[in-house]
Amino acid sequence: MASLLGRFCRKLVVPGSAHGSRMISTTACDSEAVKSLNLYSAINQALHIALETDPRSYVFGEDVGFGGVFRCTTGLAERFGKNRVFNTPLCEQGIVGFGIGLAAMGNRAVVEIQFADYIYPAFDQIVNEAAKFRYRSGNQFNCGGLTIRAPYGAVGHGGHYHSQSPEAFFCHVPGIKVVIPRSPREAKGLLLSSIRDPNPVVFFEPKWLYRQAVEEVPEHDYMIPLSQAEVIREGNDITLVGWGAQLTVMEQACLDAEKVLDFIFQLKDNWFKVSNMGLELIMQEGISCELIDLKTLLPWDKETVEASVKKTGRLLISHEAPVTGGFGAEISATILERCFLKLEAPVSRVCGLDTPFPLVFEPFYMPTKNKASSSSSLSSPLKKKRHYLIMGLHVWCRYWMQSSPLLITSHSICFFR
Amino acid sequence: MALSRLSLRSNRFLQPSSTTAAALPSSLRRHVSTDTTPITIETAVPFESHLCDAPSRSVETSSSEILSFFRDMARMRRMEIAADSLYKSKLIRGFCHLYDGQEALAVGMEAAITRKDAIITSYRDHCTFLGRGGELVDAFSELMGRKRGCSNGKGGSMHFYKKDACFYGGHGIVGAQIPLGCGLAFAQKYSKEEFVTFTLYGDGAANQGQLFEALNIAALWDLPAILVCENNHYGMGTATWRSAKSPAYFKRGDYVPGLKVDGMDALAVKQACKFAKEHALKNGPIVLEMDTYRYHGHSMSDPGSTYRTRDEVSGVRQVRDPIERVRKLLLSHDIATEKELKDMEKEVRKEVDDAVAQAKESPVPEPSELFTNMYVKDCGVESFGADRKELKVTLA
Repeated sequence: MASLLGRFCRKLVVPGSAHGSRMISTTACDSEAVKSLNLYSAINQALHIALETDPRSYVFGEDVGFGGVFRCTTGLAERFGKNRVFNTPLCEQGIVGFGIGLAAMGNRAVVEIQFADYIYPAFDQIVNEAAKFRYRSGNQFNCGGLTIRAPYGAVGHGGHYHSQSPEAFFCHVPGIKVVIPRSPREAKGLLLSSIRDPNPVVFFEPKWLYRQAVEEVPEHDYMIPLSQAEVIREGNDITLVGWGAQLTVMEQACLDAEKVLDFIFQLKDNWFKVSNMGLELIMQEGISCELIDLKTLLPWDKETVEASVKKTGRLLISHEAPVTGGFGAEISATILERCFLKLEAPVSRVCGLDTPFPLVFEPFYMPTKNKASSSSSLSSPLKKKRHYLIMGLHVWCRYWMQSSPLLITSHSICFFR
Repeated sequence: MALSRLSLRSNRFLQPSSTTAAALPSSLRRHVSTDTTPITIETAVPFESHLCDAPSRSVETSSSEILSFFRDMARMRRMEIAADSLYKSKLIRGFCHLYDGQEALAVGMEAAITRKDAIITSYRDHCTFLGRGGELVDAFSELMGRKRGCSNGKGGSMHFYKKDACFYGGHGIVGAQIPLGCGLAFAQKYSKEEFVTFTLYGDGAANQGQLFEALNIAALWDLPAILVCENNHYGMGTATWRSAKSPAYFKRGDYVPGLKVDGMDALAVKQACKFAKEHALKNGPIVLEMDTYRYHGHSMSDPGSTYRTRDEVSGVRQVRDPIERVRKLLLSHDIATEKELKDMEKEVRKEVDDAVAQAKESPVPEPSELFTNMYVKDCGVESFGADRKELKVTLA
């Protein structure tokens, strides 16, 4: 199913800065009206729809009244009134606790934490109250109407306290869901699903993409199912798993890796036109990558990833959060359990470094596409492919040697390099 | 002219004159910059107190002190304006929270205490750092993320520290410094050295739960902690009347005494801090509310005009500006002439420009610094990089 979707994918390429502007979506677009929106506008639209469709839903947090620091809540207070969209004082613990209480009475509380870096005072409320409410009351009560939204992730100059990715902490808490969209269209659908999901959801929005990512977003009310991963790009050699803004980086790495694949296919038909340089190129690149967007981190779609890894035999996970104890570790351990005999190389994690998120050193900290490309997982299928290519070329060469003396010389020079 | 420059720069050669300065010829009046004879000035706004007796409105000061207020505040103001333009030219990245308008607080507090008393504050810390004896070069270098910076370029705007002046920084998370500050006071109580801690926070942070936890413990254990609420009336974009049921922050301590001070008057601030220090050493914690105002928005990404009118900002600038107030004081008491003050401002401007130029030349920290100071040196902890096989570093 996922691969079928992949076949019908439409890539939306958007001009912009080098990092983060290219967003891809493979959700098939039907004939309903669409509008070109960036991430914060898509989220804004989702919030408008959520408040419109459920009269007992509320949006609150710090500074949401005037539109919020990222403009995600623009127009809500004017349209739905100060009773439903309101500012809170500066107290995250209070805000989330308040939201849990509201949700426990059957309302939908969409709570905003201004930056994910500030979610820690509310951590106790989320872990000890929200996640366990249904469980400890024997299903008498629940706070399923609670959705906590927070911008997360690097933004280029955020420093220690405006760039953190705390998703791993929350993935360790049974009882809540953790959802991370990668693009405007995904964000709108996933946010609506999260708000309407009968479980408390923590929704992290990649802040780098608020303005950078622009996409055609359907204007109607639609939901994207939770806990279903999506194969954005099909491939055969290696599976790459990620979420949020990191997917753009990984897509760049995929493109770099696949660069000369087309050239190789051309080669089969035009063998006699090959030059020395062409052969050298073949030796270097040519890896077909399968890219998966996890979307929901808790509970995550193990089946899709497992099916993909069983096909490719290799896995690379990438996230901005520090590598030790990051969510990549959970994916790695699970895939190892399920696909051990099919794995051809250890699972690779290309993640942030084990340091606090730095200020001036951000470019060194981030898991860039070059780090992904040069990781051992991506380079080991290369060695295998190179080996087969050399063997294959050698066989071809011996065949042509009989008919074309000139070719012999050029090919042998290549082989002996 | 030359004589005035001489008196301002080196006060070794000239004797301080008597207080009958007005009767003296103008050439001798320039000596008063070194004059330490006490002058008493009444604060314009009375103190409001909660559970304690307010201190007297008559502040003892001297000409040299008031002049030093002027110079220090002018330096702070210029530094913030320079930081504004550096940010706009993208030399400072990240977040930059400016303190202009609130200088009287930093300067008045310093006048009342010693460098052994600790100060800990929020992210709006550039001027507090300067008040604690920080160099302009170190401040600008840190803002631009250079090695010369006070935190070696690793902290940035929000994390200025100065160990030798007991300045414990610079905190990004709102309200996190409050329990920390009370902890510092706890340590000071153990050391029995009669020093106090000033813990600064804003009106936004006043609604954080950790403030009340810290207040309770500080009061329970009689810690020499002075909690100073810098009430600039806006918690980012939210006015105090919209975020607080009780905007009388000095009363929020409930069982802890409090004092409300006009935070735009450096002398009132000095008086209050002196009073607070004595109180804290004898009776335990006290809450000070400084009624102040910031001209810039919350940070450089905030224009500061979406939640307040420009008239309001310019109104405060005209009526309550701390530097203007001190300037009027200096002129009315004949401590300095208009021209001398303008010259002083020009000097300060040059100082700041030189510091910026010097800071620009400082290099960025080495890439290996990314991994230093995580744990104690040579702890031996290994850090894995992007791919566990690719990058492995022993944290220093």
